Amino acid sequence: MRPKRRQKLFVILGLVCLAAIAVGLTLFALRANINLFFSPVQIAAGDAPFERTLRAGGMVKEGSVSRDNDTLDVAFTVTDYVDDVEVRYSGILPDLFREGQGVVVVGELTQEGWIRADEVLARHDENYMPPEVAQALEEAGYSPEDYQAKAEEVGKKMEAQAKDSGDGRTN
Amino acid sequence: MQTLMIPEIGHFALIIALLMALVQGVMPLAGAATRRPLWMAYARPMAIGQFLFLGIAYLCLTASYLLDDFSVANVANNSNSLLPWYYKASAVWGNHEGSVLLWSLILAGWSFAVSHFSRELPRDMLARVLGVMGLVSVGFLAFVLITSNPFERLLPNLPDDGADLNPLLQDFGLIVHPPMLYMGYVGFSVVFAFAIAALLGGRLDAAWTRWARPWTNIAWAFLTVGIALGSWWAYYELGWGGWWFWDPVENASLLPWLAGTALIHSLAVTEKRGSFKSWTVLLAITTFSLSLMGTFLVRSGVLTSVHAFANDPSRGLFILVLLGITVGLSLLLFALRAPRVSHQVGFNWLSRDALLLINNILLVIITVTVLLGTVYPLLLDALNLGKISVGPPYFNALFVPLTVLLCLFMGLGPMSRWKRMDGRDLFKRSWLSGLAALLIGMAAPLAYGGEWNLKVSLGLVVALWIVLPMARDLWTKSRHSAGRLAGVKRLSLAYWGMVLGHLGVAVTIIGVTVVSNYAIERNVRMGVGDSVEVAGYTFTMTELANRRGPNYLADTALIEVRRGDSRREFVMEPEKRLYIARGMPMTQVALSPGLFRDLYVAMGEELEGDSWAMRLQYKPFVRWMWLGALLMAAGGIMAVVDKRYRRTAAVRDPEDARAASTREATA
Repeated sequence: MRPKRRQKLFVILGLVCLAAIAVGLTLFALRANINLFFSPVQIAAGDAPFERTLRAGGMVKEGSVSRDNDTLDVAFTVTDYVDDVEVRYSGILPDLFREGQGVVVVGELTQEGWIRADEVLARHDENYMPPEVAQALEEAGYSPEDYQAKAEEVGKKMEAQAKDSGDGRTN
Repeated sequence: MQTLMIPEIGHFALIIALLMALVQGVMPLAGAATRRPLWMAYARPMAIGQFLFLGIAYLCLTASYLLDDFSVANVANNSNSLLPWYYKASAVWGNHEGSVLLWSLILAGWSFAVSHFSRELPRDMLARVLGVMGLVSVGFLAFVLITSNPFERLLPNLPDDGADLNPLLQDFGLIVHPPMLYMGYVGFSVVFAFAIAALLGGRLDAAWTRWARPWTNIAWAFLTVGIALGSWWAYYELGWGGWWFWDPVENASLLPWLAGTALIHSLAVTEKRGSFKSWTVLLAITTFSLSLMGTFLVRSGVLTSVHAFANDPSRGLFILVLLGITVGLSLLLFALRAPRVSHQVGFNWLSRDALLLINNILLVIITVTVLLGTVYPLLLDALNLGKISVGPPYFNALFVPLTVLLCLFMGLGPMSRWKRMDGRDLFKRSWLSGLAALLIGMAAPLAYGGEWNLKVSLGLVVALWIVLPMARDLWTKSRHSAGRLAGVKRLSLAYWGMVLGHLGVAVTIIGVTVVSNYAIERNVRMGVGDSVEVAGYTFTMTELANRRGPNYLADTALIEVRRGDSRREFVMEPEKRLYIARGMPMTQVALSPGLFRDLYVAMGEELEGDSWAMRLQYKPFVRWMWLGALLMAAGGIMAVVDKRYRRTAAVRDPEDARAASTREATA
């Protein structure tokens, strides 16, 4: 082989090797790290896999949030107003986490049917509804206006409660 | 306050700017194609005029914000009379319409800069470059005017007060991060325009790369700083101490950066050696296309994040079409023209050329993997195949090993020679540095953390492998008969730029490695009087108080911090704010920054019994990440001020310039 050809062969072989490594790594990483989204209805129907990282979302059910008295453990129910799923989390909830509002959790579904959340994501401002949640709610027969109105109602109720208890905060 | 004419003047100036951009996009290109100097001469005045009128439009919008003109929908939705003036001025780009206007203004600014600093370019080249930039401008100004007019009025029912700026954005970060990022994003339009101009003119010699290199470096430096600022902002603003989330919006800015990094290296090869010509053109097109794609992802509302203000599908479609046209036409042009102008320049595969080729290949692979992880969920969603998300583990699993590989070659780069070099010579010059990097890197985790840690070792070895051979190279190169100082002075600024840039990468790697592996994060329940120890620091909550800011109410915790047994203590004051206008809570982090460690205290949520969930974090070396980015940017800038590029500027004194411009006018 002429040196020039040999050089080209090396370059091409190198490229093929690199590309193969990259593709292999990519496929492996993608396979292990894709998180599917499930709504409470789908989870109740048994569509979601157990003990695998998934995302679930819906509205935080009013009155369902309960904090442990000594630790940072918290439990709440996520609902699409058709079915519910319980979520348990240990840690600090995001600022904009509120009852009656949209939320997405990342975690694993346990055999007992509740979700062990590693991450809880709330919206970034008051108009934001996670699109997965919006779609899930729509499929469950709720229009966006419905739950925005509902959320507003809950917000007002909570504000009123907060005013009654005298500290003027809704947090 | 309702002003009578300001928004209308702004709107009108915007329309004039669009018309000027149209002339700037059409006439010079037509003139260059038909060799009519008079038509080509439209380029510069139009670029200046477009910048001027966009400046007026932008100032009008800013004035509406500063004057609290809530009859303007954009102001009413994003500002409030209680907002401090500097947030009013930066709230202009804290929303969709305003930020696209800023995008266009910066594009016009780059156009103006090219028309000002590149007067020594051949006339047809300058005409083509400005023409291409004008066309890009037309697309974006049409986008602003048709789908996102910031001057729309709310008449006659105007609100008494504005809805306020999202509290997350009421921060110094908003003032600096978006303009910097946009300067980088949009700056790549210059090298894109140069590449297209070279394709159009059929003159793909090394000349265009020499003209385009400084512009590319500056844009890249801005983008580097912009990304670093974004990371720093997220770190202290979002309240949980993360600095990179592999969020699609972050990826959108990282993608052009990665492609741009490949581009500045391949530009160097093309300029110095005349090879990689077609490849460089393709990279220039890719980089700017990725910038446009980033804009599309962020601006279209297909993503949900802090950055996605808009959720109007027509806007997304508009940018998608714009992106499609730009990429399609550029690639078509490339396909038609590129093969004709390419020619072979040989090099040995042990040479700087080859190392830079590997650099480019690896960077492109990294870009593709990040792109895949970012776009894959969107594609599946668009095709109705389900809603998925690709998590950080995917990106880490690919990005980290590929970066390590990249760095292994990066260490060799500065020592290597163009065209060909002797393998034994390379080995002789690098084995000691390599061994030292290996030994120090392996031992450091033992000394620092008390036990061996593979990831830390790997990171440190790689960082040292970048720094040590370069230090040795610097030592050799600065040898001079008149003493070392003279030798150091003799080194070119371009060389120093490379050293700083690579050093920055090493510093960033050290920061990322250490903070990822040694950060300590504790979420605890604390009441007044409670003490918690984290990493040798004792945090004691001494008081809980209420405060009132200009537009918010806050719960404040006073946390006394003491290191070990030392007497000295300091107080950290994290806050939980409630912004009144939106009723939106916000976490204000308390930071004790340092070169080697940050202490990070944030209030989580109020718990029963007068206690709070608190986030206490110890972040070693976290500043190094951003410091490294600053070094990289400084390197990029330094390479630009090298006298190779300044020569033409220095020759041109004012009189010369005037003579040149009259020549042009009469020509």
